[in-house]
Amino acid sequence: MKPLLTFASVKLRNGWRQLTSMRTALVLLFLLALAAIPGSVFPQQNIKPEAVTRYLTDHPKLGPVVARLYGFEVFSSPWFAAIYLLLFTSLVGCILPRSRDHARALLRRVPDAPKRLERLPAHHRGRTTLGAAEVTARLRGWRTVTREQADGSVTVAAERGFLKESGNLVFHTSLIVVLIGVALGSMGGWHANRILVQGEEQAFCDTVQQFDDYSLGTAVGAGDLPPFCLELTGFDSKYLETGEPSAFAGYLSVTGSETRTGSFSVNHPLRLKDANVYLLGHGYAPILRYTNAQGKQQTTVAPFLPTDNSTLTSEGVATFPDANGDRKKQVAFSGLYIPTAPETGMIAQSIFPAERNPRLMLTFYRGDLGIDEGTPSSVYKLNQVNIARGDLKQVGEGKVLKVGDSWTLDDGSKLEFLGTRPWVALSLRHDPGEPVVLGGVAFVLIGLMLSLAGKRRRVWVRLTPDGTGSSLLEAGGLARSDYPGFDDEFRALMDRIGDSDREPVDALR
Amino acid sequence: MSLSTLSDNLLYIAILAYLGAMMLHTADYALMRRRPAVAAPAEAKVLVGAGGPEVAVNPIEDVQAPPAAPERRDWAPLFGKLAVWMTGLAVLLHFTTTATRGLAAHRMPWGNMYEFVLSVTLVGGAAWLVVAIRKPQVRRLGIVLTLVEMLLLGFAGLVLYTQVNPLVPALQSYWFVIHVTSVVLASGLFLVGFVPSAAFLIRDGYDAGKRRFPYSLGGRLPAADAMERLAFGIQAFAFPIWTFGVAAGAVWAEAAWGRYWGWDPKETWAFISWVVYAGYLHARSTPSMNRRLVAWIAIIGWLTMLMNLFGVNFFFTGLHSYAGVQ
Ligand code: HEM
Repeated sequence: MKPLLTFASVKLRNGWRQLTSMRTALVLLFLLALAAIPGSVFPQQNIKPEAVTRYLTDHPKLGPVVARLYGFEVFSSPWFAAIYLLLFTSLVGCILPRSRDHARALLRRVPDAPKRLERLPAHHRGRTTLGAAEVTARLRGWRTVTREQADGSVTVAAERGFLKESGNLVFHTSLIVVLIGVALGSMGGWHANRILVQGEEQAFCDTVQQFDDYSLGTAVGAGDLPPFCLELTGFDSKYLETGEPSAFAGYLSVTGSETRTGSFSVNHPLRLKDANVYLLGHGYAPILRYTNAQGKQQTTVAPFLPTDNSTLTSEGVATFPDANGDRKKQVAFSGLYIPTAPETGMIAQSIFPAERNPRLMLTFYRGDLGIDEGTPSSVYKLNQVNIARGDLKQVGEGKVLKVGDSWTLDDGSKLEFLGTRPWVALSLRHDPGEPVVLGGVAFVLIGLMLSLAGKRRRVWVRLTPDGTGSSLLEAGGLARSDYPGFDDEFRALMDRIGDSDREPVDALR
Repeated sequence: MSLSTLSDNLLYIAILAYLGAMMLHTADYALMRRRPAVAAPAEAKVLVGAGGPEVAVNPIEDVQAPPAAPERRDWAPLFGKLAVWMTGLAVLLHFTTTATRGLAAHRMPWGNMYEFVLSVTLVGGAAWLVVAIRKPQVRRLGIVLTLVEMLLLGFAGLVLYTQVNPLVPALQSYWFVIHVTSVVLASGLFLVGFVPSAAFLIRDGYDAGKRRFPYSLGGRLPAADAMERLAFGIQAFAFPIWTFGVAAGAVWAEAAWGRYWGWDPKETWAFISWVVYAGYLHARSTPSMNRRLVAWIAIIGWLTMLMNLFGVNFFFTGLHSYAGVQ
């Protein structure tokens, strides 16, 4: 009675442990899925900060509540982290005992045949002339144990499909590897964006001051960035007649930590030693020369930002802060660049993204640009505060310029539109966790396939010699995982080890 | 007639063929002799292997009704067979629709949402055909499947339709082909897995004595157990493909956008589907878990797939320039 009780209690305890942990894992998995939903409903700060700002102005009541609940940064929120950390803790708590059990199962001998093989789901009785050694030889791929029994019979216990559990453990362990890779990336990675206009004097070096915006991993300091400089030496774009883009390619010259040239395009970043360079966007930068009333000349190349990506109608400003040596008389032009203006009618929109009939529509401003007041200001827009205060004033009517046109202003100064240069929006990225994640995912996949395709099953064969040179063959089999095809496999196996001219056993008796 | 017009016309013929198959299935149902309302065989034999876990031995799949009027011929199986032939024809037309569309565009036929739905449903139709031929005992589920195919194709043709266009540069990558092929395959398979899961719930409710709609339909559905196992088989097959598809998408995103994962709405919903189906596989391999609950998880999984396919493209804007729907 006693052993039976302990057996039952062990069984119960194991069952309970299995049940609770699988249940917990399930609940946590569902919480994780649920928790991700708000991340797709609300705009996310790290993906579309401008959409978050818009949401906050559009929903003055709801917005702050969402913000307080981390709705705009779901995937770095404490509650999201709590769920996945709990899940992964449960995962570790699950993998460790299962690895131990699996290691034991791998080392253990296959248990002996049960007494009554005919009670197993698959069973067979017949005759065979084969001995135990030959039966074992025909069970290729199975792990077998042969045992001599007291009654003179021999049993062969066979089992296979251990790869199922091995694969499952590899799969779950690799999930942890993936998480480690992600963590490595968020600690040691960095990325930055920058608009780069073609031309030698426009080149920039990889320092935080030179970036339009950037974000460094928790373990990366501003001084840790690899020292290299980039110059855009060319940019090609091709469009279909419909205006849809068909190909882009940019050409960079790299100096600093390595010296080389390289091209990059959408889907094909330039992979440098310590960072990858991606093409995120492109546009035109008008070249403008301003000559003040005293004849002093200044040239600027001002990237204009597309307001419409399909036609590349762009807007921007060109500033000449020290044109007149007086802060009150700074000069700026603001307006639209239209790569292909319609031949007739009003010019308000480009009709094609390439430069077929370019026009520059500018408005002239004079006054205090408000650049050196220490307040951050966009280089693509004029200081609206100063315009509102009247410190910066529009002078006269706007004007439409063709390439080569010059525009004489009220004070006798002159603006010339010399042409344009292409610019590209670059993203520089470095993520040291990437190889770890990729390797982890590869093993996730391998483990998953082994686990889902594997079938754990056992077969027992009992041979009872009857003195005539052949033996009575009894066999039974059991699939230990969902395996509808087991009966077929079992039958094929019996065909291999039984007599081909199978006579009914009972007739021989 | 240009190839793309040919494709557009073939779409409507394919939809009609699915309709035909559905009507043949309906005839099969209507003519089928109602089996005496047996509850599912209650005593599922449980065997305890030597030291092994308990293994439930599946009861006999379908309890045949004793022929009530043996002299009358039973026409239902004939209509059932015809329905499968008709489905085969529909899948062939569907394939031609998709292939001519791809030929017209000089690329794989999944450059926008219209084509994507065309391809996913093609995989669904073809996978279903394989199942219907190999497992006649679940053939009758075709009535739901052909209905779903018709609805999705009709929706694609009426709402999502776009002219043949070349790919934008963002989609010109072999990772695009790898990623989308696997995602299309997995989505089509999940679609086919969803049908037996839903039918299982109906049949299982019917077996438990429920007679309200939709359980009232259950009496003529295939045996609950067979459908449940079919659903599991398909979904377990689709899951690694889905995993691979999502991973390939991440590799592509790394090359295109510089990060392998950025929680763009499409990525987020792919993650959600993945986690839900992982939950399904967990629940299914927990012997004590109620199979109805397991089937519900599969249904939720399919809803998240639909959400990703339609909802995300309509409600959210992300980086996936894929949608092609304004
Ligand atoms: C990070 C979250 C997890 C994910 C995404 C996940 C995913 C999966 C998937 C997809 C399967 C089915 C494929 C296969 O059989 O290999 C599976 C099986 C399994 N998982 Fe997990 N799992 C997670 C966490 C856990 C945890 C915490 C446990 C411990 C309770 C666990 C225990 C199991 C077991 C025992 C199986 C095998 C079931 C069988 O016998 O077929 N998993 N898991």
